[in-house]
Amino acid sequence: MTQTNTAPLARYRTMRRIRSFEERVGELFLRGASAGSMLHLSIGEEAVVGVTAAMTEGDSFTTHHRGHGVFIGRGADPARMMAEIAGKEAGYCRGKGGSMHIADRALGHLGANAIVGGGIPHIVGAGLTYRNLRSGQVSVAFFGDGAMQQGILYESMNMAALWHLPVLFCCINNQYGMGTRVDRSAGKLAFSERAEAFGLTGARVDGTNVEAVHQVATALVAGARAGQPGYIEIDAYRFYGHARMDKSPYRDPEEEAEGRLRDPVVTARARLAVAGLADEADLARIDAEAATEMDAALEYAVEAVAPPLASMFEDVYAPGTAQPRPQRDRLAAILSEGSRA
Amino acid sequence: MSAFETTYREAIRQALLDAMQADPDIILIGEEVGLYGGAYGVTKGLIELYGAERVIDAPISEPGIVGVAVGAAMTGLRPVAELMYVDFVGLVMDQLANQAAKSRYMFGGQIGVPMVLRTQGGTGRSAAAQHSQSLEAWMLHVPGLRLVMPATVNDAYHLLREALRQPDPVVVIEHKGLYTMKGVLDVDTPDGEWGQPVIRRAGTDVTILSYSRMLHESLAAAEVLAGQGVQADVIDLRCLNPLDDTMIFESVRRTGRAMVVTEAALTGSVASEIAARIGEACFDWLEEPVLRIGGEDIPIPVSPALERGAIPSAALIAEAGLWLVKREAPAWAP
Repeated sequence: MTQTNTAPLARYRTMRRIRSFEERVGELFLRGASAGSMLHLSIGEEAVVGVTAAMTEGDSFTTHHRGHGVFIGRGADPARMMAEIAGKEAGYCRGKGGSMHIADRALGHLGANAIVGGGIPHIVGAGLTYRNLRSGQVSVAFFGDGAMQQGILYESMNMAALWHLPVLFCCINNQYGMGTRVDRSAGKLAFSERAEAFGLTGARVDGTNVEAVHQVATALVAGARAGQPGYIEIDAYRFYGHARMDKSPYRDPEEEAEGRLRDPVVTARARLAVAGLADEADLARIDAEAATEMDAALEYAVEAVAPPLASMFEDVYAPGTAQPRPQRDRLAAILSEGSRA
Repeated sequence: MSAFETTYREAIRQALLDAMQADPDIILIGEEVGLYGGAYGVTKGLIELYGAERVIDAPISEPGIVGVAVGAAMTGLRPVAELMYVDFVGLVMDQLANQAAKSRYMFGGQIGVPMVLRTQGGTGRSAAAQHSQSLEAWMLHVPGLRLVMPATVNDAYHLLREALRQPDPVVVIEHKGLYTMKGVLDVDTPDGEWGQPVIRRAGTDVTILSYSRMLHESLAAAEVLAGQGVQADVIDLRCLNPLDDTMIFESVRRTGRAMVVTEAALTGSVASEIAARIGEACFDWLEEPVLRIGGEDIPIPVSPALERGAIPSAALIAEAGLWLVKREAPAWAP
């Protein structure tokens, strides 16, 4: 098969892996093995693979708190991700960050962020580095529709356009900022027009069509690399609640049922079959492989060991510089007999 | 000639110039740092020397400026972000406290943020409540940040140079009232080690601990006290984080008396933290309560008469010192 033919299938595989991973994150929580319940699933948003596949090695990115899918799209090891979500030593951040603060320098992941919009200016800073070093890299910010109402986004867009930086802003519009539907938080929903008003190239794409997303993203990433920053909005639907404890009582069940019909994974699967790029046996095998891989990631995370307590004092500051002093050491220095006059 | 007389402002400019010459990854980013030359003239001429890619005039977007500096630091540059007034730090606190300070830790040590935030604070120019504050305690309360506040011309140079060698974010708070102060800059010899206080005047009767512009009020007070037969050990804290308190405790254990002097509003201040540490570590050696002398707990008023009254003076420090050491009550005593 040619590259043109295999690429959509590879994208489907990544989407299926994301879906399976997120389902296992839910299971991790139900088994009481996750570090807390602040787990934000990206089910329904898998078409973001169209953007991650348009990036190349060396490109960097930041994500919002719902960023598992983006990271898998950029090549994350699901076992290390799951271990981090479980708060284990073997996780990407040694159990310090968790689901909302996962990062990996090697894969260009400059960090997931739990402050809405908090990681967006970092890609503009990365773009400044790439411009100054003439490195040819691109940096991409992934965020949700909630961040569309944050001021830092517009400061970032303005500076990116002003300095012609190699950056792309990717809004995964899942229609909800926590419990508030997007039409209850913005007076005008044509968000790409906002980006264009700052001088970015803006686009809005159907979030059930990963190939359309990929096509648009490819052009925008190329533009960004040439110094014309862009904005892409993926029109999606958040299948489940805000976080694991949220059953979305604020949503109309009918709306939810309709929204879940807008399934990017199911849609991509059907299109591959229709286009003759894969038969049912191929697709079933991909699905089964993803399930097996993510089952293993889940078990790996459950079995992995917790970080040693003393590690909590590591990495507050760089290695080789003084770290904060444990409280007991201070108390002993004050109260022990040898310390008194 | 490595030692020469210059101003606090010029010493900072020289530090930026020398650092940018030595390290091509250093960039400056902030409002008016380029063509204008900095609101207080600190970065004058640097854009002509290093160009607009390294001396970046930013729009009035303080959170964006600091956020961009964080991202640039994460990816290999060493940015110096300038916040024109420390009073604007409320705008940037997310990028400073949640992003710059925590990235290394949250990400398990993978991603450091080697950036410097230069800013300035303090009273003295009738700049009123939103341009005159001393907000260093806000920075000291955030694990992951470093904080230095130079009081002398030599420290203005060396603490900034050292901040630009640190692997973690460092906030440098200058004092607007010190920019025109003259002193000797010796580019080869710092006043002390990074993270160590410096004894600016040796004495045996009372320890006065201060930093930034209040160091000079404290030294003036020490002169008055000397005239009354009281010898003060005056310590410049300089680096508030990291801070090695060994020298502080040694001094207080010698003198048995301590006064901590800050320009900041007193409640919740750096002075309170230092006083607490002394109280814990030197309890058995103290002859008197640890005194804190700070700014009144009020917003800074614009009238010069009121502004002067809002912060400690050499006279107040000396009066408190005499009362503490010799039990000589000042005129305002009840």
